[in-house]
Amino acid sequence: MKHARVAYNGLIQDAVEVNNGIKLHDGRIVKETDVTWLPPVEPQTVFTLGLNFADHAAELSFKEAPKDPLVFLKGPNTFIGHRGETYRPSDVTFMHYECELAVVIGKTAKNVKKEDAYDYVRGYTVANDYALRDYLENYYRPNLRVKNRDTCTPIGPWLVDKEDIEDPMNLKLRTTVNGKIVQEGTTADMIFSVPILIEYLSGFMTLNPGDIILTGTPKGSVDTKVGDEVITEIEGVGKLVNTIVGEETFQVN
Amino acid sequence: MKHIKFKYHGIQQLKEGSYQSETDLIEVDGKQYRTNELTFDVPLSGTIYGTALNYKGAYAKVEPFMYEEPYKAPPKAPILYIKPMNTHIGNGTFIPLPDGFEELSIGATLGVVIGKVARKVNKDNALDYVEGYTIVNDVSIPHESVYRPAYKEKARDGFCPIGPWIVNKHAITNPNELGVRVYINGELKQENNTSNLIRSVEQLLVDVTDFMTLYEGDTLLVGIPENAPIARENDSVEVEIEGIGKLVNKVINENALVGGGIK
Repeated sequence: MKHARVAYNGLIQDAVEVNNGIKLHDGRIVKETDVTWLPPVEPQTVFTLGLNFADHAAELSFKEAPKDPLVFLKGPNTFIGHRGETYRPSDVTFMHYECELAVVIGKTAKNVKKEDAYDYVRGYTVANDYALRDYLENYYRPNLRVKNRDTCTPIGPWLVDKEDIEDPMNLKLRTTVNGKIVQEGTTADMIFSVPILIEYLSGFMTLNPGDIILTGTPKGSVDTKVGDEVITEIEGVGKLVNTIVGEETFQVN
Repeated sequence: MKHIKFKYHGIQQLKEGSYQSETDLIEVDGKQYRTNELTFDVPLSGTIYGTALNYKGAYAKVEPFMYEEPYKAPPKAPILYIKPMNTHIGNGTFIPLPDGFEELSIGATLGVVIGKVARKVNKDNALDYVEGYTIVNDVSIPHESVYRPAYKEKARDGFCPIGPWIVNKHAITNPNELGVRVYINGELKQENNTSNLIRSVEQLLVDVTDFMTLYEGDTLLVGIPENAPIARENDSVEVEIEGIGKLVNKVINENALVGGGIK
């Protein structure tokens, strides 16, 4: 089943996908465009993987793939839902999307072995982990100024139950900008697979239900401009729509 | 008397009271207690952001290498990281010493608790966005490099003792003039002062909220002084910040712990 969190007529509700639209928790069936989409899980601890696809690591001119997963954390400020608007500051010259499979943890996990890792998964969603490369610095890289900006991590639309995804390590990922395909890959090319990541993280800290792991992105990083519609899509999981907006929308000062 | 907010151990709601540091007395609901008569829970619920290399002495240690690989240039923006929820523990709760390690690095730091949503704040009124201050022990597995995010060293369970309380900002005349001390088993191991911050509390709030929003209840750690003391198994660790109080936790081997207590 596909689950969402939406706002409709002033109320935040859980919802599920049905044939003719989305069904709210109170029983009403409404159109996808009639609701405000929220992140399908309220973010708590959110891990993100850097350089987890060999082709993307090469694209960023790393000669060798990392020996340990490169993990960083994101704060709740950065997440927005499906059909949201992401702010691009006017001084930025290179801002790119990253289509990523997001794994949602379903139960408390500590010292989990990779063979058992899927027992601790609740489901999957799609994330777009925007990077503003102008701000990249070599201290705790990738630093939060690149990766933890307000509105720069769209996530959703759906949390898909794990039972509905036959093999999360064999899903096509695809990004389009204004309808044109700019990034294609498959989760089969991850350096550290979902079970290995759960074993690695739970080996030194406790994972809690609702924690999210963004598993990294394949190659294909192209600059996006104000007005662009960016769609990150993962086979069987969902199609996450986002629009880039500029200072005239956000009225920064 | 300073106005404080805290949580009793095992009780969900925040309590308010007052604290007198000279006598170490807490007054709450018309009754007086000594600090050691009460047990405390984590008084914070938001996201905790840490700042690296914000003490002049800590920065100076890395500075000779800043033009070399892998850094290549000095940092421009504040270097931030997150202390996630699994790390947060209250005053008096044990710090787990992970299997295979003998030493923990003790990161004594002032926690600036945000009182209202802060986005692109100005230096002149930055403290308007602050509710108060608390003490945080930003524990790590000792490590040198600041090139990659150090979550395997910094995000282990129980690696972020917090408290015992939040002191209201009006009790602190200047957050950039507070003595910071670490005692291990009662012996003074480190002494520094927030006057040695590169970015003052106000400047840090300006530079952080320039690119990300801090929400009510979030906490910004101002940084760890150089020469962080080392704690070992069974050591009692006390972080003291002038005008706020003392945060006390003991290091216990993780195999001897269940939850927050000893097996």
